[in-house]
Amino acid sequence: MNNPIIQWFKYGSPQSFYPLAGKMIPWFWTLAVAFGLAGLWISFFVAPTDFQQGEGYRIIFIHVPAAWMSMFLYIVMAFWAGIGLALNTRLSGMMAQAIAPTGALMAFLSLWTGAIWGKPMWGAWWVWDARLTSALILFFLYIGFIALQAAIDDPRRADKAGAILALVGVVNVPIIYFSVKWWNTLHQGASVSLTRAPSMATTMLWGMLLMALAFWMYSIAVSLMRVRAIILEREAHTEWVKNLPEIQGKSS
Amino acid sequence: MSAIIAIIRRDLLLAMRRKSEVLTALFFFIIVVSLFPLGIGPESALLRKIAPGVIWVAALLATMLGLARLFAPDHADGTLEQMVLSPTPLGLLVTGKIVAHWITTGLPLVLLAPVLGIQFDLDTGALGILVLALLLGTPLLSLIGAIGAALTLGVRGGGVLLSLLVLPLYVPALIFGAGAVESHISGLGAGGHLSLLAALLALAVFFAPWATTAALRIALE
Repeated sequence: MNNPIIQWFKYGSPQSFYPLAGKMIPWFWTLAVAFGLAGLWISFFVAPTDFQQGEGYRIIFIHVPAAWMSMFLYIVMAFWAGIGLALNTRLSGMMAQAIAPTGALMAFLSLWTGAIWGKPMWGAWWVWDARLTSALILFFLYIGFIALQAAIDDPRRADKAGAILALVGVVNVPIIYFSVKWWNTLHQGASVSLTRAPSMATTMLWGMLLMALAFWMYSIAVSLMRVRAIILEREAHTEWVKNLPEIQGKSS
Repeated sequence: MSAIIAIIRRDLLLAMRRKSEVLTALFFFIIVVSLFPLGIGPESALLRKIAPGVIWVAALLATMLGLARLFAPDHADGTLEQMVLSPTPLGLLVTGKIVAHWITTGLPLVLLAPVLGIQFDLDTGALGILVLALLLGTPLLSLIGAIGAALTLGVRGGGVLLSLLVLPLYVPALIFGAGAVESHISGLGAGGHLSLLAALLALAVFFAPWATTAALRIALE
């Protein structure tokens, strides 16, 4: 019982993960709201007006976190998909399935806000730049993943087929990241990097990081809510689901 | 090795017996490419500019047409299950099927491309690069497409879904393939693009049969 490894695998079963996820969701929502309020306050009231881009640059406080999350969520989704293929655990496939819609939403948001930012800055809603294009491809990959899972009726087969697609598609995520270096085009280079000092004001950076944390916490909270719904749907025939207080309350 | 050759021979023989399917994809390629000048206009400067992209996009679509019959007929008559059960590793047999698919759909496109390129007023050097890029790129298309074909095997609405899954993955091939010809025309040299295309092909040769095999096993579970 004291072995921590056993504890980890215990939560690999939908039955024990379901209540754990239920306990975690309010915490992540709280964190998401707290980080979001702090991030919005900094980005609207504290961060200075950019001397080149004016007030319009503030869209990056949404745009950059959304773009980061769209890439990060794909990696997380592929990670769970890979775990599911390797260890044949049911919950991993459900996690991958639960993350996909949020990832697609983030990819869409990053494209949408990018267009809003691009119109005043570049004078065009859309530019066929490498990074924009690969973000669009990432969005297509999410849609393909969701469509493939929706088309297969057997959930176990859907999980595994989706897992292979996610792992194949994950090759695309580094291409997105390095495309800035590969093609030298209209899109400005990455403003935040780990190896050199960021080329933006510290308050702007703080606002962006807080917003990224808010997006991150939101994604976790929503994915956990979705995975709980998926667990209920797939395990509806089992005894433990029927014994859940919320289910019993509905039927009585 | 003899198993691969046997599979290639068998698939080629089947393709020869059903010539219409192969020829349909080929004429689709020709017609799509020929429609563009009609839609855009006959100015040769403009046509020269769009030629690589148009020919490459048509090649992607023509390859897609053939993918649906890569595994589906064998799945329908049970041959695929026999392949899974056979002592030869499934990966080898899948590689053989992909090679046969490339010979029946990819290779004809490579051979036809110069003729279509002449329609678009490309010069000899650009035609050579176009053929070289397609020679590196079309096997890549067959390899990536095989993963999609295996994933959508026996799935509702498989054909449309297949294009949704595979076309985004074709984008790097399209960018480097068409880019090779464009950079040759603009005098930059096509070496970089062709090298990247070859690198992608090497990656795909290694990983795609493996992923296709895994997908086939899931489909047949």
